[in-house]
Amino acid sequence: MKWIAIRMLTGDRVKFAGLVFGVVFSTLLITQQLTIFVNLLLRGAAAVHEVPSADIWVMDPAGRTPDVTVPLPATSLQRVRGVAGVAWAAPLMRAGASVRTPDGALEPVTVVGVDDATLTGLPRTVQLGRRAALREPDAVFIDAMGARRLFGTERGALDQRLELNDRRAVVRGIVDSEPTFTNSVMLYTRYANALEFLPGSRNRLSFILVQAQAGANPFAVARQITAATGLRARVAGDFAQDGIDYIIDNTGIPINFGITVALGVIVGIAIVGLTFSLFIRDNIRQFGALKAIGVTNGTIRQMVAAQSALVALIGYGLGLALAIGFLELGRIYSDAFKGFYTPWQIPLIAAVMVACMILLTGLIALRQVLRTEPAEVFR
Amino acid sequence: MSPQLAVRVSGVTKDFAFGEERLRVLHGIDVSVRAGELTYLVGESGSGKTTLISIMAGILFPSAGAVEVFGTDLYTLSDRDLVRFRLATIGFIFQQYNLIPSLTAAENAAVPLIAAGTPREVAVAQARELLHRLNIGTQCDKLPRQLSGGQQQRVAIGRALIHAPRLVVCDEPTAALDAGSGRRVMDLLRDVALAADRAVIVVTHDNRIFDLADRILAMEDGRITHDGKHMPKDH
Ligand SMILES: Nc1ncnc2c1ncn2[C@@H]1O[C@H](COP(=O)(O)OP(=O)(O)OP(=O)(O)O)[C@@H](O)[C@H]1O
Ligand SMILES: [Mg+2]
Repeated sequence: MKWIAIRMLTGDRVKFAGLVFGVVFSTLLITQQLTIFVNLLLRGAAAVHEVPSADIWVMDPAGRTPDVTVPLPATSLQRVRGVAGVAWAAPLMRAGASVRTPDGALEPVTVVGVDDATLTGLPRTVQLGRRAALREPDAVFIDAMGARRLFGTERGALDQRLELNDRRAVVRGIVDSEPTFTNSVMLYTRYANALEFLPGSRNRLSFILVQAQAGANPFAVARQITAATGLRARVAGDFAQDGIDYIIDNTGIPINFGITVALGVIVGIAIVGLTFSLFIRDNIRQFGALKAIGVTNGTIRQMVAAQSALVALIGYGLGLALAIGFLELGRIYSDAFKGFYTPWQIPLIAAVMVACMILLTGLIALRQVLRTEPAEVFR
Repeated sequence: MSPQLAVRVSGVTKDFAFGEERLRVLHGIDVSVRAGELTYLVGESGSGKTTLISIMAGILFPSAGAVEVFGTDLYTLSDRDLVRFRLATIGFIFQQYNLIPSLTAAENAAVPLIAAGTPREVAVAQARELLHRLNIGTQCDKLPRQLSGGQQQRVAIGRALIHAPRLVVCDEPTAALDAGSGRRVMDLLRDVALAADRAVIVVTHDNRIFDLADRILAMEDGRITHDGKHMPKDH
C-alpha cells in the first residue's frame, strides 16, 4: 500500500512540489543561516587560531579579547619570561591604524607587531614573498584579502609603498590570514617596526604569547603567571572562546540569526502543513473509500508516514545541496565568505528540525484521515 | 432447500445527534437479504437508504440491533476484525466512484487485493483479466480522468469484485450514467457478482432500472414499507 500512497502524492504534481518546496525552503534557510552564524562567531577566535604555537595569551587584567586590548608596560615581557614553566614568551602588538592607499583614500587597518627574533605571530602561510623579507627595514606583510582590497590583486600589492600613519612602509609579502570579525585589512610587521608606525605612549605591548615547557600543564603555568605578575593569563582555547563570547554578548548577531532560523521553521511548517492538509482534503474520499474497503488504520498510518518521509527526504536533500551550492558560490565570488565551512552539526540540526516539522504536519494530516468515517464516502 | 441468507438485520435503529436533539433515522428495521438475488433498496430522498446499507455493510454502527452477514454478527467484532471482515467479504461501489486519480484503471481495480497482501504484479494482472470481462480491457493503463463516467464506473465495479466478495453493496451506481449505460452496468453486476452464495444490494432512485431487480425493498421515513418483485403501484 505504500507505493499507492507515494503515487497518490506524486501524482498531484502541484501539491507535491509545494510540500517539497516547503522543506527545501526551511532546510536551506536553517543550514545557510546557521553556517553564516557559526562562521561569523568563529571569527572572534581568528587571531588566536592564527598563532597555534602560543599555549597562553597574557594581557592586562582588563583585557578581554584579541580585538579589545589594553597596553602593557614593556617590562612585563621580562617578568613573564621569569615565571617557572615558561618555555618562551614573545611580544605581540595588535593595534588599529590607518593607511593612505595609492589613490589617496584613508583605509583603517589592524597592525600586528610580531616578535623580531622569531616572527612568532606571523601567519604560517606566506603566499607571495619570502618570510625573511619581513626583516627588511620598513617591511610589512599584508593579508591576501587586504591586498586585493587596496591594490586590486595580490601580486599588484607586492613592493608597493604605503603610508602607514604617515610613515613609509613597503609591502614585501602576502600572507594568508584568517579573517577577523571586523574583516579589516591586516598588516604584519616586526614589533620594533610597529613601535615606529604607532607612535604614542611608551606602553604599546598588547599581548605576551607564551609557550609552556614540554610536559607542563598550560593551565597551571597560566595560574603561575597571574600569581607572579598580576597579569591576566588565558590558555589559548579559553581565549579563543572569549573572542566568540564577546561577539555573542555584544552584538545582535545571535538574536538576528535566531529570528531568521525561527522564521524559516515557521514558514516551512506553514507551507508544508497547509499543503499537506489540502492534499488530504482533496483525497479524503479516496482515503475514505480505502477505509470502507478494508484498509486498517495501521496501514493508513504507514501510508501517510511514507508520504511524509518522501517529502522530507527529497526536500532535505535538495535544501542541503542548495545551501552548500550557495556557500560555494559565495566563497568563489566574495571574500566575505573566506574560510566559511559547514560543521557537520548544522546539517544534523537541520535534519532534526525538518523531522520535527514533518512529524508535526504529518500527524495533523493523519488525524484528518483517521477521523474520516468510512460511511462518509456514501454521502 | 431455502436460499441462503446473505444479510439478516434485526431490530436496527439509528439515531443521529443534532446538538441536544436526537433524530431517529431508522426505526427498528427487521429484514433479510437472500443470496442469489439482486436486491434493490428504494425510497424517497432522506428515507434512510444510505444509512441502512452502510449499517448492513459494516461501515456505520447502529444505535441498537444486530446485523449478520453470512452468519457473522458484524457489530460484535473488534474494530480490527470488522475491517478484516469487510476486506474479505464485502465489495463497495460508490456513486462517485472514488478512484485514485494517479493510479491506472488496472491498478485501481487491484487495490483490495493489494490491501489484502497480494503482490502488486499478481494483483494488477488479475485486475486486467477482470477488466477484460467487464469490457474495458483496452482501458487498463489509462488514468481515471482519461475515462468516461461509465468506464470509471466499470473500473469501480472491477475494484468491488476483484476479490470475489460474497456481498456487494452499491449506492446509486447508475445515477451519473445515461439510461443505456445504467442498464448495462446492472446486467454486468448480475453476471459477475451474483451467484447462489453471493448477493448484491443496490440503493437506487433510478426507475429506468427497476425492472432488473429480483426483489425491491421500499423505505419510507426509516421503515421498510414494501417488499416484492415489483415496485408498489403508488411509486
Ligand atoms: N451523519 C449524519 N448525521 C446526521 N444526520 C444524518 C447523517 N446521515 C444521515 N442523516 C440523516 O438521516 C436521514 C436519512 O439519510 P440517508 O442518507 O440514509 O437518506 P437516503 O435515503 O440515502 O437519501 P438520498 O436518497 O437523498 O441519498 C436524513 O434525514 C439525513 O439528514
Ligand atoms: Mg443516499
